[in-house]
Amino acid sequence: MSTPVNERPHGGVGDRFRLWWNALARPVQWAVGVPFILLLAVLPVLNLPVITTEGTNFGAVMAQFGMYALLAIGLNVVVGQAGLLDLGYVGFYAVGAYTVALLTSPDSPWNQTGPDGWLSTRWAWLAVLPIAVAVTALSGLLLGSPTLRLRGDYLAIVTLGFGEIVRLLADNLGDITGGGRGLSQVAFPRLGTSETDQLGVFSAGNVSGTVNSGTWWYWLSILLIVVILVFVGNLERSRVGRAWVAIREDEDAAEIMGVPTFKFKLWAFTIGASIGGISGALYAGQVQFVTPTNFNVINSVLFLCAVVLGGQGNKLGVILGAFIIVYLPNFFLGRTELFGIAIDGNAISNYKYLFFGVALMILMIFRPQGLIPARQKLLTYGRQLYVAARRRPTEGLSDHVTEGAR
Amino acid sequence: MSTLLALGADYLSAPAINFNIEALGANFWQLTIEGLAYGAVYALVAVGYTLVYGVLRLINFAHSEIFMLGMFGQYAALMMLGFSPAGNAYSEGALLTIVYLILALVVGMLISGGAAVGLERIAYRPLRKRNAPSLVFLITAIGASFVLQEFVHFVLPKLTGDELGGVNAQQPIRLVEQKEQFTIFGASVTNVTLIIVISALVLALATDLFVNRTKFGRGIRAVAQDPTTATLMGVSRERVIMLTFLIGGMLAGAAALLYTLRVPNGIIYSGGFILGIKAFCAAVLGGIGNLRGALIGGLLLGVMENYGQILFGTAWRDVVAFVLLILVLMFRPTGILGETLGRARA
Repeated sequence: MSTPVNERPHGGVGDRFRLWWNALARPVQWAVGVPFILLLAVLPVLNLPVITTEGTNFGAVMAQFGMYALLAIGLNVVVGQAGLLDLGYVGFYAVGAYTVALLTSPDSPWNQTGPDGWLSTRWAWLAVLPIAVAVTALSGLLLGSPTLRLRGDYLAIVTLGFGEIVRLLADNLGDITGGGRGLSQVAFPRLGTSETDQLGVFSAGNVSGTVNSGTWWYWLSILLIVVILVFVGNLERSRVGRAWVAIREDEDAAEIMGVPTFKFKLWAFTIGASIGGISGALYAGQVQFVTPTNFNVINSVLFLCAVVLGGQGNKLGVILGAFIIVYLPNFFLGRTELFGIAIDGNAISNYKYLFFGVALMILMIFRPQGLIPARQKLLTYGRQLYVAARRRPTEGLSDHVTEGAR
Repeated sequence: MSTLLALGADYLSAPAINFNIEALGANFWQLTIEGLAYGAVYALVAVGYTLVYGVLRLINFAHSEIFMLGMFGQYAALMMLGFSPAGNAYSEGALLTIVYLILALVVGMLISGGAAVGLERIAYRPLRKRNAPSLVFLITAIGASFVLQEFVHFVLPKLTGDELGGVNAQQPIRLVEQKEQFTIFGASVTNVTLIIVISALVLALATDLFVNRTKFGRGIRAVAQDPTTATLMGVSRERVIMLTFLIGGMLAGAAALLYTLRVPNGIIYSGGFILGIKAFCAAVLGGIGNLRGALIGGLLLGVMENYGQILFGTAWRDVVAFVLLILVLMFRPTGILGETLGRARA
């Protein structure tokens, strides 16, 4: 997992880009980043014929991408940052989705919307979102505190068991969760109501045109992604992040150096879990329906694919991974030709697990660090020294000292 | 809020989950015997996990798919022998049935063993050459698991003209009619249970003898204990690794035949997944890397699962298995017998 830091100091396009990006001042980074994010945000509206998905609604696909991106960011905290292999991440996704559904679906005995509940229909989803995050964080804490004393492979299998237990609970406690029938009519934000969209722009009924409910959910998830990226990024550069890297690289050494490893592992687990919970809440709101089959363990594996494919430890990488996982199968769906070549898009889309499997195997042989790998930074000394260290030797260190003094 | 809690208590006491201790007491021996039959299958699959883990420190995630291929292998063999999945069991007489079973067993073992060795060569060997970290191995195993499942899901039906594989489960071929042979403590023991438990025990014993008493077995133990020193002492690590995959695969193939004798679920491309996870649980329960541990863990898991199923309701079977795993790992993190393939008999 550990990539040598200075093996190729300025080699490759990725490194050059990284160097350039890290040398920019923070306001400039924002000035470049915000238009780029806006460009990504308007993709469903532009609906370019090359990029769009023909067989299914592009907005809905992008909404799904948003949720997977959140999941990948959350799982990246656990797997990529702290090096804890979590194969039951779908469990947290399910807990988030079910918390929203249990509190707002009329099928649920704990429904709090409607005449005698304490949630207004209009704001129910937004009000339940923090509750969902809190409940998932708690579930992460509950699972983590007994199991995080286990290492590596044991942890993987125990978390796998947890993911399966959550699904089985949802399936078996039929009186509460509706069992296999699931819970329907889950709350969603009722904003932007109009004559045509009586339930607002987020309603699943809003399917016409390019700015449909999917697009709105995509925008909402972009907003959440940006907020969470800032949060996770700051965490990475803090004491917590350094502790995670230390644990990932060598847990025993970290423990000896005085890092309370258990505490920080629990932190990673809980934070990762709550991000998964947010994604689950988004999912429940968008589809307005939850059922246990959506939370199979195979989904956990898919999320892990997104993280590994993109490049574990790299936030942008895992978002790219999530995009590939969601977009590619949908891209081929319903396509009969690509660049003038006749293809059977539906078949390709059906075989997605086959292709993912082959892709994973090939990737692990030739590029195990993922498409956009993480480079280790000199975390201990902070950003400025990192920039100085990455400069060409001609510029010298004295340059940096004066800059630091400024 | 108090109404909410009261509601919650109400619903938790609803019959979604029950606690039927009388039924457990009344059927205790029957449950134990049936649990042993399930557990024997888990144990055989668990040996495959445990051997590979002992030698390579790798969870061979694709082992469940090796098992699944074994199910299809024995099915194909029986079809070639002229059987078809009819509703009633065939009555061929004891001797012929045993011959047919052994034929199917051999084909299943060959297919699974071959697939396991092939998987090792194609997927894991290139990684070993590159000294990849363990997460990379695990991801590759997951990828291979996808590939094998989807191969049976989509490609196999095309190759065999929809005879094998595909989306739907295939009904197992019933060679043996379940018949009560004798009773112990009032619990009936059927011929199928006998076949499963006895063959599993024989195979497990044979594997144990092989690993503990033969030259090849000593090589396996040496590599598990210390790969570098073993190599210096003239043990071919590559050959040992191949051997462990072969043994594990063959046992999974045997388990596949025994499983299809007993379980009416049918044969399906996704059929190995949950069983594989449980078999891995069994391996971890007994102490992963420990052959006898795998046997004990498998039998224990099968029996406990069966008790739990009656105690809490059928739907809770898998939950019992996973909770048991978490509990054991919390109190004894290296499993019941500890993880010692290398130190079993140095």
